[in-house]
Amino acid sequence: MKQSLFETSHKAEWEQFSLTLDRLEHGKDASRIAGFPKDYRQLCQHLALARERGYSSFLIDSLQQLVLRGHQQLYRHRSRLGANILGFILADFPRLVREQWRFVLAAGLMFFGSLISFALLVYLFPDLVYNLIPAEQVSEMQSMYDPVAGHLGRTAERAASEDWVMFGYYIMHNIGIAFQTFASGLFFGLGSAFFLLFNGLIIGAVAGHLTHVGYGQTFWSFVIGHGAFELTAIALAGAAGLKLGWALIAPGRLPRAEALRLAARKSVLLICGVMLFLLIAAFIEAYWSSMTAPEPMTKYLVGAALWALVATYLLFAGRTRHAPE
Amino acid sequence: MLETTALPRKATLSPPLDTRHQVETPEGIDLPLRPAGLMVRALAFAIDLGLRGLILGLLFIVLAFLGKLGAGLGSILLFGVSWWYMVLFEVLNQGRSPGKQWMGLRVVQDDGTPIGWSASLLRNLLRFVDLLPFGYFLGAISCLQHPTFKRLGDLAAGTLVIYREQPLTRPQLPEATPLRPAFALTLPEQRAILAFAERQGELSEARAHELASILAQPLQVPAPHAVVALNGIARGLLGPA
Repeated sequence: MKQSLFETSHKAEWEQFSLTLDRLEHGKDASRIAGFPKDYRQLCQHLALARERGYSSFLIDSLQQLVLRGHQQLYRHRSRLGANILGFILADFPRLVREQWRFVLAAGLMFFGSLISFALLVYLFPDLVYNLIPAEQVSEMQSMYDPVAGHLGRTAERAASEDWVMFGYYIMHNIGIAFQTFASGLFFGLGSAFFLLFNGLIIGAVAGHLTHVGYGQTFWSFVIGHGAFELTAIALAGAAGLKLGWALIAPGRLPRAEALRLAARKSVLLICGVMLFLLIAAFIEAYWSSMTAPEPMTKYLVGAALWALVATYLLFAGRTRHAPE
Repeated sequence: MLETTALPRKATLSPPLDTRHQVETPEGIDLPLRPAGLMVRALAFAIDLGLRGLILGLLFIVLAFLGKLGAGLGSILLFGVSWWYMVLFEVLNQGRSPGKQWMGLRVVQDDGTPIGWSASLLRNLLRFVDLLPFGYFLGAISCLQHPTFKRLGDLAAGTLVIYREQPLTRPQLPEATPLRPAFALTLPEQRAILAFAERQGELSEARAHELASILAQPLQVPAPHAVVALNGIARGLLGPA
């Protein structure tokens, strides 16, 4: 068949298809598209014919464009995010954390290990803190948690009206740290390991130092509540980063690029859970932890309850197959 | 006879010299995508960066009037704009951030399908690594050495930055009386002759003449008539309208 004849006999179909594509691309009116897959396959056949018969570049290129546009409308990666947020929160995320328990364990050991050991070290050898953290930062920290000052948080003269400011600041600061911890895992996991150890070191040193100078009460009652979510989130972000790195170190039977892609798909889901945790943490930190009215004992109890909640959630949520879908 | 290097009809094609990335669809069609290189992507990024600066600047001026609440909103906005600007645009605007739109680019998955939330989030989170140790150094290195110009974030997310397809205009074929070629043409020869006819509007007369005269001898026509002969063959291949 000559090209002109081919074109004239199918021109109307192509124009029709192009109009349908326009509608789909602008997200309008998705009715009257039941025949779309059939039309698309028909178009693919036309393109194959045009190539096989050596028709001109213009015809082939324009058919190719139509096929590409159709391809993008017909085939999509089903995003497991967004589609089912509730299912993700109630079941998929804790399941994923348990499935990746090796990385979670490794990251948890690095982070909490370095946190606890530096806290103990600084508590036992108080001068060590000046080797770890610059002196002016130490004194700044000290003034923040001074029991004599009425308010808690990043600045001593903080008022309740500033809760908003701090909420914003915590989101910005903490999620930023979590993202860094995750992303730097691409360096064969070294970056994540570094950030886990480093953040553990700083937090541990501060905790040890403040406890040593006698501000323990204000400090611990402040951090215990949101710490449940915040520290766990940092550890989980590190676990996601380690997973990326491990895919590069030991890709198994896959090529490294492919292994990385598969690992990344899982770890990005972990990161979504981490963001959720950090949002909760920022909320608690700005609105509950900073309150000075409740007794420290109440704060410890609530804090312990929150830790128990996080642990229960990660360990037991979504165990049953028929968890809420 | 014409010395032909064209491949036989069913032979698999050798990989093209250009940077086109072939995607095979489930229908068995090869779709060529054109990955975008470092320079144009850097420009698109610079536009996005400027735009983000502008948005933040304007918002901060507005928020400055709101006092404390403004400061809180400001840091949430700063967070949103610095980490989510790209993700939102890429997912909701068919893979195009404003900079990419301006430069005629878009982001797609490796298989040519539209980019989704997780892939976009991933490639933009890993931007942090591409930035290291300074000014997109690692990203640039990775982009330059990769056959389809992927930075590290693209590698992990399985995404590709390609040139958007521009709408084609139908070329005017020169008028000529249809001719039958003196010998059977192979497919690539056929397409080459059609392409010559279609592109003639863009070529100067001298260049068209020069190109056609290469074929004067195999076509057994005198060199000055080669252009007309080729156009005639092209018309003949195209068939009556």
